[in-house]
Amino acid sequence: MQLYLPIAEVSVNAFLLFGIGGLVGILSGMFGVGGGFLITPLLFMIGVPPAVAVATSANQVVASSFSALLGHLRRRNVDILMGVVLLSGGLVGSAVGVWLFNWLKAQGQVDLLVRLCYVVFLGLIGGLMLVESLRALARARAGIAPVRRKHNWVHNLPFKMKFRVSGLYISLIPPLLLGALVGLLAAIMGVGGGFIMVPAMIYLLGMPTKVVIGTSLLQIIFVAGFTTILHATTNGTVDLVLALLLILGGVIGAQVGTRIGARMKAEQLRIFLALLVLAVGIQIAVGLVLQPAELFGLERGAPL
Amino acid sequence: MIRALILWLALAGAACAEEIVMGLSESRVAITATFDGSDILVFGAVKRDSPPPDTGPLEVIIAVSGPQTPVTVRRKDRRFGLWVNVDEVAVDSAPSFYAVATTGPLADILTEVEDLRHHITIPRAIRSVGNTVIDSGAFTDALVRIRAGEGLFRVMEGAVLLTEETLFRVQIGLPANLIEGNYDTRIYLTRNGQVVDTFETLIAVRKVGIERWLYNLSRDAPLAYAALALALAIVAGWSASALFQVLRR
Repeated sequence: MQLYLPIAEVSVNAFLLFGIGGLVGILSGMFGVGGGFLITPLLFMIGVPPAVAVATSANQVVASSFSALLGHLRRRNVDILMGVVLLSGGLVGSAVGVWLFNWLKAQGQVDLLVRLCYVVFLGLIGGLMLVESLRALARARAGIAPVRRKHNWVHNLPFKMKFRVSGLYISLIPPLLLGALVGLLAAIMGVGGGFIMVPAMIYLLGMPTKVVIGTSLLQIIFVAGFTTILHATTNGTVDLVLALLLILGGVIGAQVGTRIGARMKAEQLRIFLALLVLAVGIQIAVGLVLQPAELFGLERGAPL
Repeated sequence: MIRALILWLALAGAACAEEIVMGLSESRVAITATFDGSDILVFGAVKRDSPPPDTGPLEVIIAVSGPQTPVTVRRKDRRFGLWVNVDEVAVDSAPSFYAVATTGPLADILTEVEDLRHHITIPRAIRSVGNTVIDSGAFTDALVRIRAGEGLFRVMEGAVLLTEETLFRVQIGLPANLIEGNYDTRIYLTRNGQVVDTFETLIAVRKVGIERWLYNLSRDAPLAYAALALALAIVAGWSASALFQVLRR
């Protein structure tokens, strides 16, 4: 069934969109990532204009993350206090990020920079996670009990606070900085930032994987919601019909994903997420290096 | 009034011996939620007071043009091993959709001069002046190539059916990825490459129903639109979660 999208002004297959939404929703529930880094390139592929794809996927991310968050809240896997701290850093970061994005746009080449950001961050994070989780899996197989992370420099900073759900007693500075960094990158790359947030919370803050996913979802909802409002008011590029189809698939997928995630081992989850992140990063890198079939690109202006 | 009209018609008839009387299967195209392209039948007749002159066969050219917009064309090149946009050309105005249907090969039935005057063929329908980039022609060629690949630019030589040098008709398909606006429909009668009569009308392409409402809301009240988008997302997220909770019991 073909559907005409009122803002994107293209006609697309409704079931295809539903499927894309569902796939991303499953990943969202399993890994606690918003799926923005996956859904945006997929929408490009089926012919949705880039500006509409970026803005609308932010809206879809809100829905699937909210659905998944409710699932995690019931399991008490959300550290709300940590989420609020990360978020306050995140809002500052994304405000700076939006400003930086506009400045880069004025310099031209913003498209290239966004792609390079994707390649570098997806490659780096995917690679690190893969190595670490493979090691953890090997340790578990060998029967060695996982060693609780020793106190590192993170634990010697002032303004300490108790995060009961995460079982942490650490300084406020690292989560605030982390939130700001993720907000900054999220605004430039047009994603919720879950794929950066999740590993950073595990490896930098030392939070338990189960709590990390729910907490990252909480933060993503607000960042993506903020982005949606910004895109809708400044560019008018949020397509509600497109969003609704993606959301329908997404919220159902997220529920399925949460259940799959609950049955899997933390190490396995991390390996899958790492492989996925790496695959997307490599795909974008290949696109930059290989000669494209069409060297020219069009951008339509407003009707005269 | 009627007399004046008759007089005007007589004068017009004297000025050009052959005249177009034209019809459209529909003069309005409604873009609904399930819009999947549309076929427009353009038909008509040639009205004449005297037998047709035998200076050459009568030919018909029909051009349908979508709203004109500026277009930025960018070219990629290899820099430090990466394919990046290196230069761009701003095309002043290009139609978002363009179809030319004829009774024969354009090169035979239309002279270059007449094409320049009436802007009939695709390259003539695109306006691009004052570009400083060398070989900006390659950019407009790319524009035509890309739009043709998307089915937005079409040349249908020989598609117009002309019977007895009087009745003509052609079916023109409008693709699904249509934008809103007035689609300018022009008909040219030619003999020996010279235009003998022209006729112009509009096909109004409009979004209707929910498409119209959403589009207007996003433009007139963007904040309300954003709030609606977020509310929908939250409600959908919550209801899916609640539904699965019920299903599990």
